[in-house]
Amino acid sequence: MAYVAVKGGERAIGNAHAWLAETRRGDAAVSELEVAQIGQQLGLAVDRVMTEGSCHDRDLAALAIKQSKGDLIEAAFLLRAYRTTLPRFGYAEPLDTAAMLIRRRVSATYKDLPGGQVLGPTFDYTHRLLDFALAAAGEPPAPAPEVEAEAEDAVAPRVTELLSREGLMRREEDAAQEPADLTRQPLSFPAARSTRLQNLARGDEGFLLGLGYSTQRGYGNSHPFVGEIRQGSVTVCLTPPELGFEIEIGEIEVTECQMVNQFHGSRSEPPQFTRGYGLVLGHGERKAMSMALVDRALMAGELGEDRTAPAQDEEFVLLHSDNVEATGFVEHLKLPHYVDFQSELEVVRLMRATVASQAEPEQVEP
Amino acid sequence: MNRDEAYNFAYLDENTKRMIRRALLKAVAIPGHQVPFGAREMPLPYGWGTGGIQVTAAVLGAGDVLKVIDQGADDTTNAVSIRRFFNRVAGVETTTHTGDATIIQTRHRIPEAALTEAQILVYQVPMPEPLFRLEPRLAETKRMHALADYGLMHVKLYEDIARHGHIATSYSYPVMVDGRYLMSPSPIPAFDNPKMDRMPALQLFGAGREKRIYAVPPYTEVRSLDFEDHPFRPHRANASCELCGSRSSYLDEVVTDDRGGRMFVCSDTDYCETRQEDQQTENAKGEAA
Repeated sequence: MAYVAVKGGERAIGNAHAWLAETRRGDAAVSELEVAQIGQQLGLAVDRVMTEGSCHDRDLAALAIKQSKGDLIEAAFLLRAYRTTLPRFGYAEPLDTAAMLIRRRVSATYKDLPGGQVLGPTFDYTHRLLDFALAAAGEPPAPAPEVEAEAEDAVAPRVTELLSREGLMRREEDAAQEPADLTRQPLSFPAARSTRLQNLARGDEGFLLGLGYSTQRGYGNSHPFVGEIRQGSVTVCLTPPELGFEIEIGEIEVTECQMVNQFHGSRSEPPQFTRGYGLVLGHGERKAMSMALVDRALMAGELGEDRTAPAQDEEFVLLHSDNVEATGFVEHLKLPHYVDFQSELEVVRLMRATVASQAEPEQVEP
Repeated sequence: MNRDEAYNFAYLDENTKRMIRRALLKAVAIPGHQVPFGAREMPLPYGWGTGGIQVTAAVLGAGDVLKVIDQGADDTTNAVSIRRFFNRVAGVETTTHTGDATIIQTRHRIPEAALTEAQILVYQVPMPEPLFRLEPRLAETKRMHALADYGLMHVKLYEDIARHGHIATSYSYPVMVDGRYLMSPSPIPAFDNPKMDRMPALQLFGAGREKRIYAVPPYTEVRSLDFEDHPFRPHRANASCELCGSRSSYLDEVVTDDRGGRMFVCSDTDYCETRQEDQQTENAKGEAA
């Protein structure tokens, strides 16, 4: 009787890696995908990987997508593993999204508003008909018409600010403390709002989408309106301690969503609107909106609302939103567990033996 | 082995290693207490031992000899992969011999050979909270640990006995450390629990995804929970190893065909191979004599 070693080894790993590299490249007769092509033509995938990988670098995110064969969670994982090796120079000043150079800005609460509505490059009103012309390489599309200069120069105050001025929007309190950095410090509960938002910003789009959706379907009493979604570039500023004053270090593209939710009021607060907030790197409207819904749902505790739904459960949401953590623990089940399983086997056999010895003889099945 | 100079020694930067060492010192000072730490994202996935890897990276020195086991074996793919990782980023010497190692990183087992004061055992931990199946909320379990309020776990074990006639937990069997903190021994079989008690080696536990570190200092009392009338009883397959004949080691059951054929072999490959070599030497001596 041959004892077949099921335990793997050096050679198996080496061969698996070689096979993986071969399948990643695919048919060598088809031209190889360039990283620049991914950056340019799969931009939304790049944006998602930057957001969930917590690292704003289009080139690295595009490389990660190529290396992961288009598996975006794997790509976010690669990016995070790289990010973790980078030294931390300091923390940027809060982004001023009111000063954003806007590419897209829509509000569902007002037909028109200062700064105007700007549709921007959106799928929203396209007909989802497969465009077979794209299957054949062709000429680049005709350039989009230039936007009138007026819209770009106009000041676009945030919708929530308009409501706040009227006293209808609950004022956010400045906690006057440094926000935590989840990539350096572990979560603890109850978590500060800034910590929650940081967690949600890194969180899995699909998980947040499902949770946000559940709040609309009755699991966590919410009545949201899109106060405003804006996309565009914002300036990142940093105050180096040795200089003592703020300097601009670059521009990044972000998507911000502010949801407006009704609040019935409590003993200490009058009825008013409350806000859910979402912010992601690049263009990620679905994620920003979902994040804003979940952010609002998680405020139930502070606002004295009943916490009955999963989306309102801080520990449940924050500890399960991270797809790199989640995929690791789910997929680790394929690692060997024979030691534990062996002890389970012994216990199940023992339990069966106990049951059999206790059973009356006539009750024992033949 | 030449290390990859593109990375700092043992992958993590020095500030991160210092942060982990501080958490480790606190953990050693409060045996069995879970210390939150700023776990980093590692190039291996969560669940593959990121906590253990970070602890190893923080305690590893250039002169250390590293052994990595998974399910007791040095040649399981994950153990191979982690050993290679440290080979590449730290360039340290590695070994499969328990006796030769100064640091042993493990998943799911404690080696059969007794460890010494000169060794550190680093456990990979998936769920550091021993109470998580009974109370999933960390804010609540933190309170329970603070008050040493472990009645819930005793009730669970009692219910096992009431239902099955014995305790039905066979691995991750909860232990009390130094009479104060309830601790998860990680998913080692309960068979291994007694080895933790008053072990001369330092035992460090790293949970990467859950961002917790804890420790059992050398010669610390580690007691598996039980009742006077139902004492702790570890399980092992009632057989001997097919390869080395051991009747005391923990055995893996290997299915050999689809007609119910099976055999048992040591889970600890180094222990098993050492015994086989010793037996061959004995036999050779016997024949020579």
